[in-house]
Amino acid sequence: MANGTLYMPETEPNYLDYRGRFKGILGWILSTDHKRIGLLYLYSMGLFLTVGIFFGFMMRLELIAPGKVIIEPQTYNSFFTLHGIIMIFLFIIPGLPAVFGNFFLPILIGAKDVAFPRINLLSWWLFAIGGGLAITSVFLPGGPADTGWTFYVPYSIRSTTNVLPAAFAAFILGFSSILTGINFVTTIHRLRAPGMDWFKMPLFIWSLYATAWIQVLATPIIGITLLLVAVERLFGIGLFDPALGGDPVLFQHLFWIYSHPAVYIMILPAMGVISEIIPVFARRTIFGYSFIAFSSLAIAFFGSLVWAHHMFTAGMSDTGRFVFSLLTFLVAIPSAIKVFNWIATLYKGSIQLAPPMLYALGFIFLFSIGGLTGLMQGALSINIHIHDTSFIVGHFHYVMFGGTGFGIFAALHYWLPKMYGRMYNEKRAKVGFWVLITGFNLLYFPMLVMGWLGMPRRYYDYLPEFHVYHFISTIGSWILITGLLIMAVNLILGVRRGAKATDNPWGGETLEWRIQTPPTHENFHEIPVITGGPYEYKINENGQEEKKYEEVT
Amino acid sequence: MSNHESHENHVTGYGVYLLVWLGLLMLTGITVAVAGIDFGRITITVALLIAAIKSWLVLTIFMHLKFEDTTFKIFVFVAVITFVVFIVLLFADYLFM
Amino acid sequence: MSSGDHTAHVHRDDYGSRMGMWLFLFTELILFGGLFLIYAVYRFMYPTEFHVAAMELDTVFGAVNTIILLTSSLTIAMSITALQRNRKTLSLVLQFATILLAISFMVNKYFEWGAKFGYGLYPGSEMLLDKPSGEILFFGLYYTMTGLHGLHVLIGIVFIGIIMYQVWIGRVHSTNYVRLESAGLYWHLVDIIWIFLFPLFYLII
Repeated sequence: MANGTLYMPETEPNYLDYRGRFKGILGWILSTDHKRIGLLYLYSMGLFLTVGIFFGFMMRLELIAPGKVIIEPQTYNSFFTLHGIIMIFLFIIPGLPAVFGNFFLPILIGAKDVAFPRINLLSWWLFAIGGGLAITSVFLPGGPADTGWTFYVPYSIRSTTNVLPAAFAAFILGFSSILTGINFVTTIHRLRAPGMDWFKMPLFIWSLYATAWIQVLATPIIGITLLLVAVERLFGIGLFDPALGGDPVLFQHLFWIYSHPAVYIMILPAMGVISEIIPVFARRTIFGYSFIAFSSLAIAFFGSLVWAHHMFTAGMSDTGRFVFSLLTFLVAIPSAIKVFNWIATLYKGSIQLAPPMLYALGFIFLFSIGGLTGLMQGALSINIHIHDTSFIVGHFHYVMFGGTGFGIFAALHYWLPKMYGRMYNEKRAKVGFWVLITGFNLLYFPMLVMGWLGMPRRYYDYLPEFHVYHFISTIGSWILITGLLIMAVNLILGVRRGAKATDNPWGGETLEWRIQTPPTHENFHEIPVITGGPYEYKINENGQEEKKYEEVT
Repeated sequence: MSNHESHENHVTGYGVYLLVWLGLLMLTGITVAVAGIDFGRITITVALLIAAIKSWLVLTIFMHLKFEDTTFKIFVFVAVITFVVFIVLLFADYLFM
Repeated sequence: MSSGDHTAHVHRDDYGSRMGMWLFLFTELILFGGLFLIYAVYRFMYPTEFHVAAMELDTVFGAVNTIILLTSSLTIAMSITALQRNRKTLSLVLQFATILLAISFMVNKYFEWGAKFGYGLYPGSEMLLDKPSGEILFFGLYYTMTGLHGLHVLIGIVFIGIIMYQVWIGRVHSTNYVRLESAGLYWHLVDIIWIFLFPLFYLII
């Protein structure tokens, strides 16, 4: 599938040992190596994730019983705001593109780095600054923002809390995301290795490509919208404030013009990861390569047309609601195409339930629940019934956490050996997975049920009839966190003192498995010439898999 | 790596730029002149049409889009269409309020 | 880090650099696009108020600034041709002319805004708050959109200034001028945005 000397064993230091112009920590935070930048994102995201989990944990704890349990209502409002801002802008949006996209995009297309390495580093710095600002805003006088992550006007104009730093943080993070998008589009257009035509690219690259376009074309809208909220707060310029004639619903339109496509920024790369993992662990060529590839573009396209389904009860016109409801159903088509193709790939495959595969299957299961509950909300009549209930909260956690979150975990388990050259304990990883997915369903499924029964979202207190669901949900959150801890400890132990990983522990066919583990500074000794597709697994007459590569250890 | 190096050698003469510039000034004159006339509901359409022609001149000649290859043209098309779609869908709501 | 650290990037990809710049311009386009969306909706909601409010703006200021920006677009475009033909001094003169035109645009803008402020017509002023909603929104958009555009003019001045220095010291030259092209592309976009702002604010009759 690829020709050329990809590496000369033991002659070049790997990227972790590589000594550039700077030493120590500076060699990391000033490095333009896409792999080091990927790891920088991984570490900073791990930090933000921990903070986000803390806020989520506290909220669930507060909701274990009606009335006050541990925190005051205002604190609770701030916690759900910060939980949202941190998890969305600092964890799931950058999650896969910034960590695994940065690390593996150049390798998977046979390049030595991204198109603009220095801008790539700038992206990380903006990310770190934006994240720092978001966290700092918690401690500034005025108190943490309490508007919800959606910053809806007019409350976000009037709230006396630190809305400004929080919105500004989101603005900076948006800029970081845009730069990553520009970098990826250019890289995919310009730096594919000879022979790597568009339809020989791994599907993860297709999903990153679609994602990068949304990042470029949708993110500026949230930038300008948050900027306008800031301008309105600072200078009293009339733009959205109804007291000055403005239309708050217009704010919601603009907010969701970005924030709905942002959902696809989050989920598309996760789908890409699943498309990488399934063929490897089913030992089969992916079913319907071009359908999966084009469905990424289709999701990016249709996903940009459906934003107003977040606003069906906000006072839109009937025509508007009809149009957006119809368009919403259309997004389900490309998403379902992917799911069916993955399942068709599994059919008659030689399935190996290694940890990455477990997470990938977990993704399909949870994402399907999230996707189907999403379809329910696309229907106008149902939407009005369950609008702003915890049904919505349950739904988007199934999509975002069950989908993107599990996609990130799958990617971690799949690529960690390549990134660090060490293997984690597979048995412990599987235990972690089962604890995690059990806790997950205990935590979020009751939300679907009580939301259907009328439990509003974001409420601090509730009627006694919802107690049992909240109780189960909180217990679920503890189990979920236990699962996350098992996973984190196992991965960290693996990185620090796991057994040495071989170059191709899973028997993958894509390029990253053909180079040294961990990769050298420039990935490839010489740029490979690509001669075949990325998932060409073949079974010979004896029922044995044909090995087309020599395993080098 | 690429077969699109044609642009690299393309040099636009000063004369072409001057002509485009004159055209842009003329269009500016026209748009100011017709602003005084009331075409009723299409007044804004006329103004935007002239602005679009001016932008097209700047895009193709000043920004060299004419001499770039198809990829760039598709890119610009996608970006413009995205914005048009935003407007159309937004008005799918506001037009029927 | 410098290229010394990265032997992977010895090769230069002007085409890729231009592609990156164009993608960046799209983000600028959509950034202003958000404001144009708001403008469209409010103009649709308050047609008469927008009409009345626009009478306050001076078409002459707008028209002069349009001519200035169009001319500056001409000079920056010609400076690229000059550099391609290896006429460094001419190219520098043209870039400098672009900067001068940009500064005169800002001076013009300063007087225009200054007059309105002196008159008592600024965000949050009593005079403005007494007006009907549609007019408040018109001026809100006027200040935000021309303000953001002015900010881009300032960034453009700095951008072209840096490139001038690089041409001066010979880092950007007749066979390596992609950075000048990028500055030019950026400047033309600032021009295009003004091409739309002008009729939408100054020419509503």
